[in-house]
Amino acid sequence: MAGPDYPGLDTLALHAGAQPDPATGARATPIYQSASFCFPDSDYAASLFNIERAGHVYSRLSNPTNAVLEERIAALEGGVGAIATASGQAALHLAIITLMGAGSHIVASAALYGGSHNLLAYTLPRFGIETTFVDPRDPQAFANAIQDNTRLVFGETLGNPSLDVLNIPAIAEVAHAAGLPLMVDSTTTTPYLIKPFELGADIIQHSATKFLSGHGIVIGGLLVDSGQFDWEASGKFPTLSEPYEGFHNLIFTEEFGPAAMIQRARKEGLRDFGACMAPTSAFHILQGIETLSVRMNRHVDNTRTITSFLLEQEQVTRVGYPELEGHPDQALAKELLPNGCGAVFSFDLAGGREAGIAFVDALSVFSHLANIGDAKSLVIHPASTTHHRMDAEALAAGGIGEGTIRLSIGLEDPKDLIADLKQGLRAAGKAAGGSR
Amino acid sequence: MRIEVNGETAYCYTNSRDIEADKPTVVFIHGSGMDHTVWTLASRHFARHGNNVVSVDLPGHGRSSGSPLATVEEMASWVIAVLDVLDISNAALVGHSLGSLIALECAASHSERVRAVALVGTTSPMPVSDAILNAAEADDHAAFDMLTQWGFSKRHQFGGNRNSGIWMIGNTLRLYERSGPGVLFHDMRACNEYASGTDQASKVACPALLILGAEDRLTPVRSTRALQEAIPSPVVEVLPGAGHTIMVEAPNAMLDALHKVL
Repeated sequence: MAGPDYPGLDTLALHAGAQPDPATGARATPIYQSASFCFPDSDYAASLFNIERAGHVYSRLSNPTNAVLEERIAALEGGVGAIATASGQAALHLAIITLMGAGSHIVASAALYGGSHNLLAYTLPRFGIETTFVDPRDPQAFANAIQDNTRLVFGETLGNPSLDVLNIPAIAEVAHAAGLPLMVDSTTTTPYLIKPFELGADIIQHSATKFLSGHGIVIGGLLVDSGQFDWEASGKFPTLSEPYEGFHNLIFTEEFGPAAMIQRARKEGLRDFGACMAPTSAFHILQGIETLSVRMNRHVDNTRTITSFLLEQEQVTRVGYPELEGHPDQALAKELLPNGCGAVFSFDLAGGREAGIAFVDALSVFSHLANIGDAKSLVIHPASTTHHRMDAEALAAGGIGEGTIRLSIGLEDPKDLIADLKQGLRAAGKAAGGSR
Repeated sequence: MRIEVNGETAYCYTNSRDIEADKPTVVFIHGSGMDHTVWTLASRHFARHGNNVVSVDLPGHGRSSGSPLATVEEMASWVIAVLDVLDISNAALVGHSLGSLIALECAASHSERVRAVALVGTTSPMPVSDAILNAAEADDHAAFDMLTQWGFSKRHQFGGNRNSGIWMIGNTLRLYERSGPGVLFHDMRACNEYASGTDQASKVACPALLILGAEDRLTPVRSTRALQEAIPSPVVEVLPGAGHTIMVEAPNAMLDALHKVL
């Protein structure tokens, strides 16, 4: 039997979390640029501090503009709640410190955004949290790496930069069999291209800097809780299922049920580490999300045009887009990502590092910078920039070579992008000693 | 805390406090397919204001063991049994939806044990559509979807939660999804078959409060006339903008309203 229809993704992208402003009737979500919020009286204040009433105290903990964004992304992902953070990195960190402490362990895909890799490989070990990196295409490798002290399984929906398609159903099964949640970074896919919770993931992290905001004007992150993972049954998450001395022995699973994780993250991690989002950033991200599906459609269409062009070029030895013949995840991409595999991909140029550098330097429509998911097309040479801290072995594990180029395809007219790429290819050919 | 009632484990949220004999007690009773967590804000509030709070998980719900009970009368007897085990002579009862019928039945049949009653998102009779009953009987997710969609006012289909960061539609769905097989059907059937509510309402001797959502689509305000007329001198609070899920949609206004009888 079919139940009533819920609002669709486009409608939620425009409306979820928002009501006309009760104070002014403003239709757009106002920017509540206020550090604090007045209490009508002392008892009301006490009730806010003691989680008896809904409302705002201090913008590090919650803010009306941020709250709209948090509800919106939770609605789009089909979760119970979300937290807006200062950046995508802050969202990843917030999830980790909510679920574990020193002595814990994470199993993560080896094909991660460089910043995430840095956090897991170099920074968190200083705080007693170790990570084992595994082949994202091998669910059994995730299973084999799980230890008694593992508390999280983590991967990206599309690995960076080779677009390994994370087999979320299979890896979720592995994680759940071990009593662990699966967290995915869905930055490059957004809820328009994939709904990780429907596939078995338990937590989603976004860098909202990218496609969600969509215009390269803001830094922000989002952490979304599905509410589907049973923290108590797992027995491995005392931060959620045992009394928390930092809040009058509150037991989050007891008081908040499905929202235990996201509530603990707010009441502790956001409070104590303080990596909150600025309300103006939330406003900008909300504007971006309003046009998410329109933009993602165009991003994907342009990407398909560009990958087709690149495939025809002799100097291009590989185009790593999962929809293409020969990509190891083509079948999985068809199954999990029917609307497209995003707009960020890499390709390999003949001629190695010199060709890659010449190519990047010759482009004029593509902007050479360290970001993805802008309305404008972007280019970068990962080996010398985003992944420069990784040695050759680690680079290879992530599918990156000396001549690998990463593109983030924007919304320009595709003919102009192709003309720009032709210019780059000519320069690369010269640098490689060719005659083109 | 967990206690034994009728040979089964009964879970009662008490804000991690022991029951103190010299304090008044407020009992919170959740609605169909739900559990005590729908009352977290209100429970914490009344605990801080000098009350024992006992927010129950009905049998077969949340953390309480056993099978769901078949009738509102049986559920009311169970609530009184909880009071017996906790050695509480009388209490104010706050119930939502099915829980409001249980509170009403307690107030009518065990008047000496109930010092005040607050009926939230209520009406009587409380007929349930065949579509919901059939879907619930089949453990079809459509039953959760119907109750979730119609349980919120139209404006709240898009959220607007004052409780930051919580997508109330999603959280409500997850609660339904956590209920065991058949639980929702038992609850819905009990609501549907409780025919004596209006008669029982006339026996209510304690202060009574009705908290209604102005945009409630499951128990619309207009359907409550018989109940309002049957209860002697009820206080009626209609909360603008709220649908049926009042604890979530209008938590602060509900709290303020509860203070009128608690």
